[in-house]
Amino acid sequence: MKVTEKDVAYVADLADLDLTGEERAGMVRDLNSILDYIERLNELDTSNVEPMAQVSDRYGVDESKQGSERFAYASREDVIEGLRKSLSQDVALENAPDADGTFFRVPKVIER
Amino acid sequence: MEPTQVTIDIARSAVQERKTTALALAEAHYARIQKEDGQIGAFLTLCKERALEQADRIDRMAAEGKPLPPLGGVPVAIKDVMSTRGVRTTAGSKILGKYIPPYDCTAVARMEAAGAVVLGKTNCDEFAMGSSNENSAFHPVRNPLDLNRVPGGSSGGSAAAVAAEMAVAALGSDTGGSIRQPASFCGIVGLMPTYGRVSRYGLIAFASSLDHIGPLTRTVKDAAIVLRTIAGRDPMDSTSADVPVPDYAAELEKPVRGLRLGVAKEYFGDGLDDEVRHAVESAIDKLKSLGCEVVPVSLPHTPYAIPTYYLIATAEASANLARYDGVRYSYRAAGVKSLSEMYRRSRDEGFGAEVKRRIMLGTYALSAGYYDAYYLKAQKVRTLLTRDFEEAFGKVDAIVTPTSPTPAFRLGEKSNDPLAMYLADIYTVTADLAGIPGISVPCGETKEKLPIGLQILGKHFDESTILRVAHAYEQAA
Repeated sequence: MKVTEKDVAYVADLADLDLTGEERAGMVRDLNSILDYIERLNELDTSNVEPMAQVSDRYGVDESKQGSERFAYASREDVIEGLRKSLSQDVALENAPDADGTFFRVPKVIER
Repeated sequence: MEPTQVTIDIARSAVQERKTTALALAEAHYARIQKEDGQIGAFLTLCKERALEQADRIDRMAAEGKPLPPLGGVPVAIKDVMSTRGVRTTAGSKILGKYIPPYDCTAVARMEAAGAVVLGKTNCDEFAMGSSNENSAFHPVRNPLDLNRVPGGSSGGSAAAVAAEMAVAALGSDTGGSIRQPASFCGIVGLMPTYGRVSRYGLIAFASSLDHIGPLTRTVKDAAIVLRTIAGRDPMDSTSADVPVPDYAAELEKPVRGLRLGVAKEYFGDGLDDEVRHAVESAIDKLKSLGCEVVPVSLPHTPYAIPTYYLIATAEASANLARYDGVRYSYRAAGVKSLSEMYRRSRDEGFGAEVKRRIMLGTYALSAGYYDAYYLKAQKVRTLLTRDFEEAFGKVDAIVTPTSPTPAFRLGEKSNDPLAMYLADIYTVTADLAGIPGISVPCGETKEKLPIGLQILGKHFDESTILRVAHAYEQAA
């Protein structure tokens, strides 16, 4: 068993999930079964292999350039409302579960 | 002309020539949805007002004798992970059950600009996480060819809608196989373009380095027409590539004679259903008879694709889904007393079991002490998987494989075993990881009349070749 109930509680905390007792037990079982399967990656020696975070790094970039210059094609001028108009306040609040017309409303943040 | 059995070109020219109207086509499809979708469950939301307005616009163009755009009057469906302005967009999740986007996804906007009539939003696995469409928070989708079986996932609603003639074409999204596998299960064509070929702007994110939008259609030519419509650089998505978009439909007729097709033994190993193997081997023979040269290739890291995928996809998902906080646009639990309780209870109540499982796995893989062992390791293996393809494509023009190891399975068959469900994507995930394009085209059926899909994988930005091979096969079969 790689993942214990305590690990599940810790990870749920990081992920802002509570999970019921039943869900936690299921999670211990499922995560262990999946991680057992994932274990096979350790058969591969990757000590000299570069990690790949983005497909875009495999094509379309100027290979002669380094760092952010490689991705110059994806950059644009930093101008206000350069690509589209920002959402107006009322549109931005339209989907909020609770708003007062100006702000999103949430339960009290600071306890005292 | 049976109005729900048309191709894009037939529909558009019938509207252009005033043999029918876009309005009549839309109404015929809504009537079909009314009749069939009660038992299939492909749609979550219909947007009739928007559809009829667009149909009217197209009909007026036709009446004035103006040339219609490529999808003029063509009824389409959109997977409910793509934002539609003013039309509820749920991603198949309770947490977005009431979400009405203030803007359109670029792919949807391009479809409408090309004259398509958007009928509604299709059901899917919650946040596109699943291979059977049973993870929808609303209801499962049933396979129109056998109602006891799944349509595949996660774009199950889009595939079922097209297969059951409730739309001429649909958009889906593919992160690990979610366009190709349901296309294969429902007996239609599904195309995942190269990563970066189609803008992801307005696509509700699952795993940003793996998410692709693409078409599900009844013919290869229709997939070519839709791809051309949605492809191309979009300044709103910095990962969309500035690469010229060919006229894919025009290129379909180029000969396939002399093309080199790779066959990798890693895609024909244990776990492949005998009937699927036989159908795919026959399809390869057919391609050979059309003049293609079949070349053995090796993709040795294939057995590591599923574990790599499930680490990277869940890690990215755990970050992407952190935005559902119950504050700005997602579900908020009632009666919460503190901010922290609000986050937790809203997410606990709003997310389904599979989504929570993936958030947990992804958070674990990224957490202190495990990052190197899991996430970084997976990123390195992703490089190896991509190199496999690069080496193979040094020798061949395309690679042919089965799309899925089995035909459509029964509802409930794998729903209690997450790992068994994940293995349904075993032949599709690698292309997502490498960012190469892939298409699934029907290649026969089992004795039980269940469709089988042939998958054709291509080089980066070479959708033309895989469409051409798929088209040649389709025409010959």
